[in-house]
Amino acid sequence: MEKLLMKGSEAIAEAAVRAGCKLFFGYPITPQNEIPEYMSKRLFQVGGAFVQAESEVAASNMIYGSAAVGERVMTSSSSPGMALKQEAISYCAGAELPVVIVNIMRGGPGLGGIQPSQSDYWQATKPGHGDFHSLVLAPASIQEAVDLVMDAFDLADQYRNPVLILADGLIGQMMEPVTFRQPTERVFDKSWAVTGCVDRKPNIVNSLFLQPQDLEDHNHKLFRKYAQMEREEVRVEEYLMDDAELAIAAYGTTARIARTAVDAARTEGIKVGLIRPITLFPFPKAAFERYVGQVKVLLDVEMSMGQMIEDVRLAVHDRIPVRFYGRVGGMVPSPGEILDQIRTLAQEVSQ
Amino acid sequence: MQYDVIIAGFGGQGVMLIGQLLSNAAMMQGSRTVWMPSYGPEMRGGTANCTIIVSDEEIGSPVVPHPHAVIAMNRPSLDKFEPLLQPGGLLIINASLIDRKAARDDVDVIYVDANRLAEAEIGSAKSANMIMLGAYIGRTGAATPEIVKSAIAKKMVGKEKFLPANEAAIDLGMKIAAEQA
Repeated sequence: MEKLLMKGSEAIAEAAVRAGCKLFFGYPITPQNEIPEYMSKRLFQVGGAFVQAESEVAASNMIYGSAAVGERVMTSSSSPGMALKQEAISYCAGAELPVVIVNIMRGGPGLGGIQPSQSDYWQATKPGHGDFHSLVLAPASIQEAVDLVMDAFDLADQYRNPVLILADGLIGQMMEPVTFRQPTERVFDKSWAVTGCVDRKPNIVNSLFLQPQDLEDHNHKLFRKYAQMEREEVRVEEYLMDDAELAIAAYGTTARIARTAVDAARTEGIKVGLIRPITLFPFPKAAFERYVGQVKVLLDVEMSMGQMIEDVRLAVHDRIPVRFYGRVGGMVPSPGEILDQIRTLAQEVSQ
Repeated sequence: MQYDVIIAGFGGQGVMLIGQLLSNAAMMQGSRTVWMPSYGPEMRGGTANCTIIVSDEEIGSPVVPHPHAVIAMNRPSLDKFEPLLQPGGLLIINASLIDRKAARDDVDVIYVDANRLAEAEIGSAKSANMIMLGAYIGRTGAATPEIVKSAIAKKMVGKEKFLPANEAAIDLGMKIAAEQA
């Protein structure tokens, strides 16, 4: 397979096209503008369509409509833009529509800044109004972003549910070699789509259930899907955990930086490992729980004030103390800063 | 073995381009590589920079606070990145536009009169960045000149008439690096 050196945002867009995405609706915001830019050129070559919508709200309702007629569709944005898209994502979840959404996170709150951040963990994993989950995938490299985007379209169709790619500005902006695998070409039943009802009963795609009992039943149905995701879709990478007495919890770019710090700490004889959640929902609880009794302290590292740490704490139920180190506002932690944290904890543990 | 370099200059000097060429060459020779740009509300005349890592092994942090090499195309870039260089690292200074010597005495320095040589020897001031790239690969061996030249050729499909000048600029940079060894 040919290797290409590609920018994260463009690789994500190309992966979507190769996965069969025919429609893209977006609205500009840094640092993800290369995704719509790429799609605006590329989709015409595959007989698809690109629309720069009048707003994020409009774009996210356009993906609702496109998914309802059975097309593979994607939108992308960055943090404040994602907030505007939340309403329609909840509608997609309620109406059981397969959509893929990319969030290239920047600093917040409010308009914040345009540099890398992970301050949308909550927005991604505890999203919108109503009881629902998006399936959330968090790549740490451009290759992984490509692979996860291709998987995202299958997962969205399989579960008839929104799938969110959550990456930070660094993944969006940097370049790495990538190869594109063939799409799986799995076929999904879309007999529910609203494709015209000549000679059949009309299909209805809707998230409105005015009878409380109907809506409760619908919520239970959705949560059976989330329970299945928790059983079958958890992805996590563990690095040097076999003998680890300390462990770092980190995702995305932060996990890569932490990995460099872990390697440096290992050369100093510190038994430290790394647990990197790849799915943020479903969260890899078991991967953390398993180390109760072995790991003496967990260090959660994020480009936020501490968001994923809540899920890490829930996973270990206070049976391992969980500490935190974070940088925010577009500041990216250096391997040296994380190494200093590891050294301090190693000293604490040895006393 | 890991090579990392920060290439910095002002907009229009082609710092992002030579960074991408180096990263492409690294990929073509089978290495792992990352190209990471500074991005944001960059001002015209301000500094733009990118970090390139070339490695045999999986690359962890794409962020390199203390690089092993710096290519400084202008004075603000030298002022900003010289202090961050690893002891024993490599500093390549564009002597055409930078009116001072290196302040560090614990690093390896190559002075390249890149803009003047690009005009006088290559016939185009635009080749200054390629001379700097030639000096970098000449000294470090992060990529071979042959692979860098094929990366240039790949990038310049449809503009083949500029290829000989760019290849000559790479060779000239390598020669300067060898002379100052």
